[in-house]
Amino acid sequence: MQTNQLLLIFCGALLLLGLLAFFAGRSKATRIRSAGTAMYAQPDQYAWFTVLSTAGPAVLVSALGAFVLLLMGAKIPTLYLLAASLVMAAIGLMVSLNQVKPDFHARQAMELVIRMILASAALISIFTTFGILFSIISEALRFFQMHSFWEFITGTTWSPGASFLASAGRGDGSGAEFGSVPLFAGTFMITAIAMLVAVPVGLLSAIYMSEYAPSQVRTIAKPVLEVLAGIPTVVYGFFAAITVAPIIVTLAGFLGLDASYNNALAPGIVMGIMIIPFISSLSDDVINSVPDTMRQGSLALGMTKGETIRDVVVPAALPGIISATLLGVSRAMGETMIVVMAAGMRPNLTANPLEDMTTVTVRIVAALTGDQEFESAETLSAFALGLMLFIVTLVLNLVSVLMIRRFREKYRVNNL
Amino acid sequence: MNSQAPVMNEQQEPAVGQPYTRNDKASHDLSFSVRDLNLWYGKNQALKNLNIDLFQKNVTALIGPSGCGKSTFLRCLNRMNDLIPSVRTEGLVEMDGRDVNAAKMDVVALRRRVGMVFQKPNPFPKSIYENVAYAPRMHDLVSRKADQDELVEKALRDAGLWEEAKDKLQEPGTSLSGGQQQRLCIARAIAVQPDVILMDEPTSALDPISTATIEDLMDRLKQQFTIITVTHNMQQAARVADYTAFFHLGEIIEYNDTKVMFSTPAKKKTEDYISGRYG
Amino acid sequence: MSNTFDDISQQLKRRHRKSTRLKWITMGSLGLAGLFLVLFFADMLNKGLPAFQQAYIQVEINYNEEAETDGRQAFEEEFLPVISRTVVRTIPLELRNNPDMVGASTNEWVLVDSEVDQYLKGNRSSLDPEQEAAIDALVESGKVEMRFNTTFFTNGDSKIAEYAGILSAVVGTVMTMIVTLAISFPIGVMTAVYLEEFAPDNRFTQIIEININNLAAIPSILFGLLGLAIFINFFGVPRSSPIAGGMTLALMTLPVIIISTRAALRSVPESIRHAGFGVGCSRWQVVRDHVLPLAMPGIMTGSIIGLAQAMGETAPLIIVGMVAFIPDASVSFTDAATVMPAQIFTWSGEPEQAFVEKTAGGILVLLAILISLNASAVVLRKKFERRW
Repeated sequence: MQTNQLLLIFCGALLLLGLLAFFAGRSKATRIRSAGTAMYAQPDQYAWFTVLSTAGPAVLVSALGAFVLLLMGAKIPTLYLLAASLVMAAIGLMVSLNQVKPDFHARQAMELVIRMILASAALISIFTTFGILFSIISEALRFFQMHSFWEFITGTTWSPGASFLASAGRGDGSGAEFGSVPLFAGTFMITAIAMLVAVPVGLLSAIYMSEYAPSQVRTIAKPVLEVLAGIPTVVYGFFAAITVAPIIVTLAGFLGLDASYNNALAPGIVMGIMIIPFISSLSDDVINSVPDTMRQGSLALGMTKGETIRDVVVPAALPGIISATLLGVSRAMGETMIVVMAAGMRPNLTANPLEDMTTVTVRIVAALTGDQEFESAETLSAFALGLMLFIVTLVLNLVSVLMIRRFREKYRVNNL
Repeated sequence: MNSQAPVMNEQQEPAVGQPYTRNDKASHDLSFSVRDLNLWYGKNQALKNLNIDLFQKNVTALIGPSGCGKSTFLRCLNRMNDLIPSVRTEGLVEMDGRDVNAAKMDVVALRRRVGMVFQKPNPFPKSIYENVAYAPRMHDLVSRKADQDELVEKALRDAGLWEEAKDKLQEPGTSLSGGQQQRLCIARAIAVQPDVILMDEPTSALDPISTATIEDLMDRLKQQFTIITVTHNMQQAARVADYTAFFHLGEIIEYNDTKVMFSTPAKKKTEDYISGRYG
Repeated sequence: MSNTFDDISQQLKRRHRKSTRLKWITMGSLGLAGLFLVLFFADMLNKGLPAFQQAYIQVEINYNEEAETDGRQAFEEEFLPVISRTVVRTIPLELRNNPDMVGASTNEWVLVDSEVDQYLKGNRSSLDPEQEAAIDALVESGKVEMRFNTTFFTNGDSKIAEYAGILSAVVGTVMTMIVTLAISFPIGVMTAVYLEEFAPDNRFTQIIEININNLAAIPSILFGLLGLAIFINFFGVPRSSPIAGGMTLALMTLPVIIISTRAALRSVPESIRHAGFGVGCSRWQVVRDHVLPLAMPGIMTGSIIGLAQAMGETAPLIIVGMVAFIPDASVSFTDAATVMPAQIFTWSGEPEQAFVEKTAGGILVLLAILISLNASAVVLRKKFERRW
């Protein structure tokens, strides 16, 4: 394409200008210095300064232009934009070459610019959060214009049904109902099952590793457990759907119960296995940082090791353990692939884990992978669900961070 | 070792620097009898051939420059050194006719009879009340709530903390000041009614006023308990101890009645240390 | 106080038993977690290893004139149900490209139909007993045999099970990861350097820090929503392309890289910096010439781990459309592509037994790559670990 060629030429020209700037800057600085004048900076630093002030404004201008182009839909021909950038580069080159003087702090100027670049990199993470918030909220708002927020929060029927017809101009979409309660019920059910697996196994493993295990066992067991966290969720999903779910159905049949192949138990259990290392790793760290004087104090009173762990160490580590659990809950609620592959699609308000249930994340995926118009209520409902998910996990994360911070502060203070 | 009889006998030569001078006012029953105790941290020998008898219902102070092994020795008496994997102990530490280091010795039972107070106050993350009541309850010393309340009050009174703490028994132990926390730890230790209380520099982290309070407390508690304290502070040893043992480089240089030792030390090293020439 | 050791030991019996029980319970929990892991890998190996084997049949291919329009004419009638449909279909195309081959005949090992393959592997298949007997006879005569399945590694996706492979997914993964690393590595390292070495301790810095920690814990699917709404709908990045997926994953990987880089920078002792300042270096020079080189192994380790995480991620890529059906690998950043986890997801949705095997086979390949990536991170850390 022509734009591509233009871009290539632009980059080439900029590179040439940059090289020119480097050598011109350096030679001028060297010349001044060899004339015997003491300078504030090294010739190379002047050279880099000229390069920076040549390329910087040019890149800035083109980026700004591109942004305006996309954002405002303004029609600035690419050619003009790139040409303007090159002009900026040339001006930058002139000005900076002029600045190569003995009394100019090239290094300081350059380092200021570097600092600015680093700081703006740090800003990108902020932009990401805002990006997520902005994208989710704006689309969610459009959804709430179509359907009432109250019904979304409290409704017990989720049937997007024929809403896509409405956006296509056929029908009024009145048959569609977006009550998210059954979805959250499914999410909470599966999360609860996962935590019932992960918290006891993770916490007890952490206690074993930090209190009982010889150091060799510990050095092996810790990374091995971490492997559980490194397995991709899509793999867990396959495992839950193909291996665990049939086992549960068979077992349930054995007990005379009727279980669906998309039961909530299979994804719940597998998700629990996935979360074990999150709980065990953080709990292990926290238990290890409970001061040893605490254990000695208890042992010196004639307590057994088990009593010391149960009544002194674990209560002392409790804020950290709760924090780990909350992080685990947050992860379980946002987990997508396991439930997409192993849980059901049918919104189902039930307390029976053997029935199929669907979750928030399953519906988000379902809404966005169909061949629907982006403007349809069902597609937009994914963003409304995403918003709820964001809020819930954000709160869980923040509470968790606060708890762990309190734990740290407490023991720093206690160590006097 | 299964020897049931006390090793203490008249034929045995008194160990180095042990004249066994007895304080007339104190009871002279033996609490610990230590013979040829050696201890290694990995390859480093920290205690060398210790021989010492410690007396009941007295305050014995262990003094000496830092790194001399006094704390290590103290921790041998209730086997807290077991918690350090690299430690190896040899020799006899006898209490109540039993070898403390014997394989058959139940460490938990030993620690139940030999309590300990640490350098830094380490209250449990529980309420003040629970800090004191927890161990007696686990040991089945009390069964009824009323008994438990009574025991907590008595322990806190004995530790001189009752007046300050009685209105906030349900507040966390960590809400107290440093000196109060240390007294809470003492209350916690005496609530299980041990025979011996080991104190490992109990006042080194405290201010002078709290220190004075705890010194008074030690003086009162020796009516009921045998107190063995490590201190880096010679004045403190002189003030509170009936007997003092001077440690240097893992050996006991001198062990004597405190008054005798501080007025007429038998060894040059002891004299140098207590006169402040090194330490 | 009157209690002797014996009295106390007597009382302690029950408590000692309880204490020992706790030890066994905790040990059992760790064992249980380990057991999960073993069962999981055993199950995956059991299901996935057969995918690396494929039945081939030795047949005579007669490139006669009829075969130019109907590939079936090239083979003997009796073998047709056994031979893969793809092989039959490609004959006319081959002839059209090489007209001078007409009349020739070769003896070749060709792919066998997936149902037959499944039957030979002992899985359930749609064959009737008569066909099964015929195939048994072929195996007996040595005409049909199991070989290493090269097709699985040299082909892209296909609706015909025996012809489906993971090559296009691997290529897509590589392209996506290039984009991810190209964005997240420089930005991540720069952010970490700023926060650790330059940033004043003020509110702004604290907000960035909290934000980064929070970003690390946001569900991955929400990054997919961001990618869809901002990159695709707003900036017009092509849907399903490695660039859309890569940018989305880059934002997810960013916190991992930032956090590990900061840890690596923090482990460089302050004395190194002081030494630099002592000889008149500026802060930037100290960071560039002394701190960064020393922290580099740690940064690399963190980046590899972040990369491995991104490589296994599926949910956000589904949202940005990277679950496309890609039969031919294309080395392009803007064409539609798929990645390994997405390919696994697609295959897992196919009903045929042969695809279950493919799914597990793909999983094994993915796990092998991830494990070797993580292992290399561990090796890197061990090799350059420095105690100050």
